[in-house]
Amino acid sequence: MSGIHVASATCALAAACVLLGGCAAQATQATAAVAPAPTAASAPAPAPLPPPFASTYRAMPATDTLIRNATVLTGTGARLERADVLLVGGRIAAIGPDLTAPAGAAVVDGTGKWVTPGIIDVHSHLGVYPSPGIKATSDGNEATAPNTAEVWAEHSVWPQDPGFAAALAGGVTSLSILPGSANLFGGRSVTVKNVPARTVQDMKFPGAPYGLKIACGENPKRVYGEGRKTAPSTRMGSLAGFRTGFIEARKYLDEQAKYERERATKPDAVPPKRELKNETLAGVLKGEIIVHNHCYRADEMVQMIDLGREFGFRIGTFHHAVEAYKIADILAREHICAAMWADWWGFKLEAFDGIRENIAMVDAAGACAIVHSDSEVGIQRLNQEAGKAMAAGRRMGYELRPEHAIEWLTRNPATALGVADRTGTLEPGKMADVVVWNRDPFSVYARAEKVYVDGALAFDLDDPARQPVSDFALGMTEAGGAR
Amino acid sequence: MSARCLLALLLSGPVIAAVADSDVTVIGSATAHTLVAASDVTVIRGATVHTLAAAGTLEDATIIVRGGRIERVGRGLAVPAGATVIDVAGKVVTPGLFDAYGRLGAEEIGAAESTVDIGAKNLPYSAAFNVADAIDPRATRIEVNRIEGVTRALVAPEAEPDASGIAPVIAGQAAIIHLGDGFEPVVRSPAGFVFTYGEAGAASSGGARGAALLRLRELLDDARDYARHKADYDQGNRRSYAATRLDLEAIQPLLGGKVPLLAQVHRASDILAILRVAREYGLKAVIVGGAEAWRVAGDLARSGTPVIIDVYDNLPDRFETLGATLANAARLDAAGVAVAFATTDYQNPRNMRQLAGNAVAHGMRYEAALAAITAVPARIYGLAASCGTLEPGKAADLVVWDGDPLETSTAAERVFVAGKSLPMRSRQTLLRDRYRQLGGPLPPAYTKP
Repeated sequence: MSGIHVASATCALAAACVLLGGCAAQATQATAAVAPAPTAASAPAPAPLPPPFASTYRAMPATDTLIRNATVLTGTGARLERADVLLVGGRIAAIGPDLTAPAGAAVVDGTGKWVTPGIIDVHSHLGVYPSPGIKATSDGNEATAPNTAEVWAEHSVWPQDPGFAAALAGGVTSLSILPGSANLFGGRSVTVKNVPARTVQDMKFPGAPYGLKIACGENPKRVYGEGRKTAPSTRMGSLAGFRTGFIEARKYLDEQAKYERERATKPDAVPPKRELKNETLAGVLKGEIIVHNHCYRADEMVQMIDLGREFGFRIGTFHHAVEAYKIADILAREHICAAMWADWWGFKLEAFDGIRENIAMVDAAGACAIVHSDSEVGIQRLNQEAGKAMAAGRRMGYELRPEHAIEWLTRNPATALGVADRTGTLEPGKMADVVVWNRDPFSVYARAEKVYVDGALAFDLDDPARQPVSDFALGMTEAGGAR
Repeated sequence: MSARCLLALLLSGPVIAAVADSDVTVIGSATAHTLVAASDVTVIRGATVHTLAAAGTLEDATIIVRGGRIERVGRGLAVPAGATVIDVAGKVVTPGLFDAYGRLGAEEIGAAESTVDIGAKNLPYSAAFNVADAIDPRATRIEVNRIEGVTRALVAPEAEPDASGIAPVIAGQAAIIHLGDGFEPVVRSPAGFVFTYGEAGAASSGGARGAALLRLRELLDDARDYARHKADYDQGNRRSYAATRLDLEAIQPLLGGKVPLLAQVHRASDILAILRVAREYGLKAVIVGGAEAWRVAGDLARSGTPVIIDVYDNLPDRFETLGATLANAARLDAAGVAVAFATTDYQNPRNMRQLAGNAVAHGMRYEAALAAITAVPARIYGLAASCGTLEPGKAADLVVWDGDPLETSTAAERVFVAGKSLPMRSRQTLLRDRYRQLGGPLPPAYTKP
C-alpha cells in the first residue's frame, strides 16, 4: 500500500512541478532537503521529493579577511584606488577606504595589488573531457543520437580532473560545464563552484538554474550526416531536428496539463510516463532552464532566435558567436549574451570571419559580452584574453577601461548563468568569490595570488598548503609530488 | 614641400614633420595604415631597439635599412641622404617574429580538407613528401598573422594515418617561408624532417613506440645502404628497401647532419630515445613539444639539442605529458638549452608573443623569451646569418610595436619584410571596418575598402 502511495505521490509531485513551474526540484540545482514522512492519520499527501542529484555544496572554512589598500574592480563599473575589501562569514561585507578588520580577521596587504570578483567561465568541459584525455574519460558528448536532451553533464563530471585546480590558479571561482557540440540537443549543463571535492554534488552551485546545451552549424551535421549518414546532414536538417524536438516537448507538456485537469475529477487518472528528454525540453519551454546555444554564424544565430519565437522560449547565451559583431544590434535588442573568444578563428569555415574586435563590438552595441574559454588551457588565462579584447577595442576607437572590461569575466557570465544575484560582483552581501592579483589582471604578467571561494582561501600562490592537488595528480605530476 | 612629403601627408596620420635642411622625407608613426613604398634607404629612428645580438637593447636607436637589409643599428647614427625617415619615438622595435613550427600557407581552414596540404592519406612516400610547393603566400592565414609581426615561419607536414591507423614514419620535409609579398615564399627547403614519436607516433605505427623507432631505424639503415650502393640499386642489384627511391634520396641530408630531425615528442624517456637515435646515426635533432623536456635538460644541453615548446602545456592531458609545467621554458633556459616557442593553435602564430609573456611570468628571462620567438628559431634552422636579430647584413625583417611586444595591450604598428613595409590590412580588418557601424540604410555588403 505504502509503495503505491509513494508512487502516485511521486507522479503527482512531478506533475505539479511541471505545471506550476518554479519547481526548484526539477529546474534548479537545489540543495537536498529532508522530506517529512506522511503520517497514517492524514490524507495521502505527496511527500516532497528530494531534488534529484541535489547540491551538497558546503563552503570550505573561511576566516574573515580584510584586503587592504588595493586597486579594486567591483564588476559594477567601479574602480577604487587604495581601497579595502572586507570578507565576513563568506560574504562581501564592505568595500571602501580604511575599513576596520574584525577581531581575528586575516589581513592581506593589497598595496600594489588588484582585487576583482572571481572569474566565471560559462563554457568549460573540465571534468567531462578531463586530463588525461583517453577513451575512458571521454564523457563530454553522448554522440549516439542528435537529441540527447535527457543527459546531464554533471553525471559525466570527474571531480579529480587536474584542470580544475589549474583554472583556480587562474582566478576562476565558478564555471559552467556543458556537454559538447556533437548533438543538436547536447543535454543539461551544470554550474559549479571551483572547489576541490570528492563528488560533483559537492561542487554544484546551490540553487543555480540548469542550462540546456544546443548546437547549430557544422558540428552536428559532421558527426551525424557525414559520420553516420543519418540526420542531420544539413543545416536545414538541424533546424527540423530542433523544431521536432520542441514539438514533442510541447506535446509532453500538454499531456501533463491534461492529466492535471483530469486528476481533479478522476482520482485513478494515469499520469503520463516520465521522459527525461522531454522533461528537460519542457523546462526550457517553461523558462526555467537556460538555453546555451553553440552557434558561430550571424545568420544562424538569428534563425535560432526565431526558433525560440516559434516555441515561446528565449536563447540565454550564444556560445562562440564568432560573428556576433555582425548582429550586435540584434543581440542587444533581444538581451541575448554572447560568450566569445578573444581571437580564435578559421579552424572551420563558420569561424573564418572571426576578428579580434568581436567582444568589444558586441559590448559597444550594449549587448552582454562574455569572454569564455571552451578550453582547459584557455580557462587558466581568461584575464589575459579579456586584456587582448580590451586592447583591440581601444585600438578601433572604443573607450574601454579595466573597470568595465572586468564585467566580461564576472558580472556578465554570472548573469548568463542566472546567479548574478549571488556572485559575479564585489557588492556587500554577495558570495565572497574574490581574487587578489599581483598587478593589473589584464596584463600577460598577472598572477592570481589569492583566490577566495565563499570567503575561503581556496588558492594561495605563496602557500603550497593552499594549492589543491587532485587524486589523479597525486604522485603523478610535479605539483602532486611525483618523484 | 617635396612630392614625397605631400604623398606622406595624404597617406599618413596627423603627424608630419618636414625636415627643411635636406631632401629627407620624414613620416610620423601615428598611423598604422601608411604604406611606405620600398625606398632604397629607410631609416627607422627613436625607438627602443631589441637587437637580440651583442649590441643588446638600445634606447633611442637608429636602424638604417638599405636594399632590404640592415646596414647599421646604433645610437646617434647620421641619416644618409635620400633616406626615407620613419620616426618611431616611444616605440619598441624587434626582429620579425618567427613561427618555429606551424602550418602557415599549407593549411587554411583545418576542417576544410581541400585547403589542407600538410599530409595525405595512403601516401606511399615519407621523407620525399614536401609542403613547399603547396604553400600559398596569399593565404588569409598568412595575411592575418603577418600584420601582427610574424615575418618567418617553418611550415611542417603532419602524417595522415590510413584507414588502419598507420601513417608514414616520416611525415615529410618542412619548409621555411618569409611572409612578404610575391610568389616566392620559400627560403629554405628542406628545413627539417618531421618524425612523430610518443603516443601519436606509436599509434601511427600500430600502437607501440618500439614499432615507430623500428620503422625509423629501418629507413635510416636503408638510406645509408642506398647511399653506398646507388649504382647497384639502379641496376636492381641491391636488397629491397623499406622506402621508395625518392624517400631514400630525400632523406640523405638528414643522415649528413645537414638538416635536422624535427621530433614531435613530450615524455622525458621518449626524448632520451630520440637523442639515442640521433647519436647512433649522427643526426641533428630538434625536440618539438617537449612538455617534459625540463626533466632531461642536462642531456639536451650537453647534446646541444634545441627544444620548441608550447608554453601553455601544463596539464597531464596525456600520460606522456604528466610532467608538463609552465616553468618548462624557464628551467630549460636556465640549463642552457636553446628554447623556441610555437603555439599549437596553428591559426594564430601571432599569439606567440603572449606565449613568451607567460614564460616570463613563470620565471624565464625576458631576453630569452623574446629570443624564443625571433633569434632562436632562426639559429635552429640555420638561418642565423640572414634573420632573427637586428644586425648589419641581415634581412630587414622587423616590427615596430607600440609598447612591450610581450604585453596583451601591445600591437604592431609597422611590419617590415626585407625592408618593405607591409600594408597593415587583412581580411579581418576589412570585416571589422565593414561592421563598425550597424544600421545604415544599405546592407553591409556595399561597404567595401
